[in-house]
Amino acid sequence: MTAALALERVTCTFISRENRDQRYTAVRDATLVVAPGEFVSVVGPTGCGKTTLLNVAAGLLAPSAGSVRVHGELLEGINARAGYLFQSEALMPWRSAFDNIVAGLEFRGVPADVASAKGNDWLKRVGLAGFGNRFPHQLSGGMRKRVSLAQTLILDPKILLMDEPFSALDVQTRQLMENELLELWSADRKSVVFITHDLEEAISLSDRVVVLSAGPETHPIGEYAIDLPRPRDVSEIRLSPRFIEIHAEIWHAMKDEVLKGYAQQQQ
Amino acid sequence: MLRVWQALVLVAVIALWHIGTSPTLLPPLYFDNADKAAFFFGEPLTVLSRIWNWFAGGEIYRHLWVTLVETLLAFVMGTVSGLLIGIWLALAPTASAISDPYIKALNAMPRLILAPIFFVWFGLGIASKVAIGVSLVFFIVFFNVYQGVREVSPVVLANARMLGATHRQLLRYVYLPSAMSWVFASLHNSVGLAFVGAVVGEYLGSSEGVGYLIHQAEGVFDINSVFAGIVVLTGFALVLDWCVTLAEKRLMIWQPRQGETERI
Ligand SMILES: Nc1ncnc2c1ncn2[C@@H]1O[C@H](COP(=O)(O)OP(=O)(O)OP(=O)(O)O)[C@@H](O)[C@H]1O
Ligand SMILES: [Mg+2]
Repeated sequence: MTAALALERVTCTFISRENRDQRYTAVRDATLVVAPGEFVSVVGPTGCGKTTLLNVAAGLLAPSAGSVRVHGELLEGINARAGYLFQSEALMPWRSAFDNIVAGLEFRGVPADVASAKGNDWLKRVGLAGFGNRFPHQLSGGMRKRVSLAQTLILDPKILLMDEPFSALDVQTRQLMENELLELWSADRKSVVFITHDLEEAISLSDRVVVLSAGPETHPIGEYAIDLPRPRDVSEIRLSPRFIEIHAEIWHAMKDEVLKGYAQQQQ
Repeated sequence: MLRVWQALVLVAVIALWHIGTSPTLLPPLYFDNADKAAFFFGEPLTVLSRIWNWFAGGEIYRHLWVTLVETLLAFVMGTVSGLLIGIWLALAPTASAISDPYIKALNAMPRLILAPIFFVWFGLGIASKVAIGVSLVFFIVFFNVYQGVREVSPVVLANARMLGATHRQLLRYVYLPSAMSWVFASLHNSVGLAFVGAVVGEYLGSSEGVGYLIHQAEGVFDINSVFAGIVVLTGFALVLDWCVTLAEKRLMIWQPRQGETERI
């Protein structure tokens, strides 16, 4: 079976704008393959190049070397089959929550009444019915994240790229959203690349966890299949013995990298 | 209470003016002739009656209308051209790099000095006043839009692209609204400058408009009419500014403002 998304030996070297001799290789020779319907989490120390990898997968950033294949086809330009949930604020501040949610449909020329029906449905699904008229600055950080989620999912992308989507939320809301995400995902099994720095979150959600080395020249240093049964409840599964076992195993492998990454940023 | 104090200040200033210029109320302190103070500074009561006559006689409306038309035309044309060229240059780095020194020079130049040229090109009618106003408004809007487009959040842009926006749609749904917010931020300034352009143009050469009225009164040393014209212009500017504030409130609801909570 062809992979839904395959990053093949991707290298990303950033050149400093002022001094063209100064370069920084954030990612080197990274290979990441996601099967159709698979939920893959990527964990790694901060600043190691997770967002960079995701930008490459989205087609927003052309890799210096290597290639990206989407369902077997070589990717050029924007990855139209992917939905991207950004790490930072990405809503259009001049559009209300509702108008933000239906923006993608509008860009695709979907008739207004269809778009509006879908938009209202999604507004409800992310628990924001009645907040459609609010502008982004009138919503809380968690609400904005949910608007972003609806904005991306309304287009029903086959591939979902998520960059630390829940890191701004409190633990309770976060677990609610995680369960919600799992439910949405199990309904139609999108291929998901989920970036997080939270190992517990990664294990409880995914089929597979990929651990990245500390930067520079980040690359995957370990892959762990998560054989926990589904459907899962993220708060309960964290207490199961198998979860704790997996967690210990991955954490053991990660610890050195995290310390390395931290030490580098202290310099 | 504040309003009362504000009104008191106005009354005090007018009273002082009246006492200082009335030939009968004060002995001549500085001027040897009692009527001279009134000649130089006018008399508030005469000024008021002049204004009253203008409005009652209906003479002023034609002039106000001309000034209003000039202001609005200059505002709209200056804003639209500033918006289009601002967006274009912000998105075309080569063109922007080439034109950069010229734009800086044009902006540094005191553009009212172009008035004689505009009179030669466009005659003494409305067109030359509009041209002066446009030359003032254009740069305000242009620089704001240029800045606004360059400062569109790259993440918002990337998000719109991921949601499937084409180049045209990016322009229409991302760059334009973002630039518009900067246009609105400069709304007070640009309306004000359009007004300045119109009035100064009328003052320098025309046969209509409030600026012309002032110029004409000045020509016959009718200081009371000059003051009356100034008062009318000020009132007119206040009304314009108030309309802008109303428009701003309606158009900028999406922008965060400080202290939106209600005090109980
Ligand atoms: N446009 C750029 N130019 C230069 N360097 C960059 C650029 N983008 C990212 N980098 C560098 O690449 C490295 C990886 O950045 P990236 O944003 O991918 O990290 P991350 O893993 O997502 O971190 P975090 O977990 O904090 O979000 C960082 O050291 C960063 O400084
Ligand atoms: Mg990141």
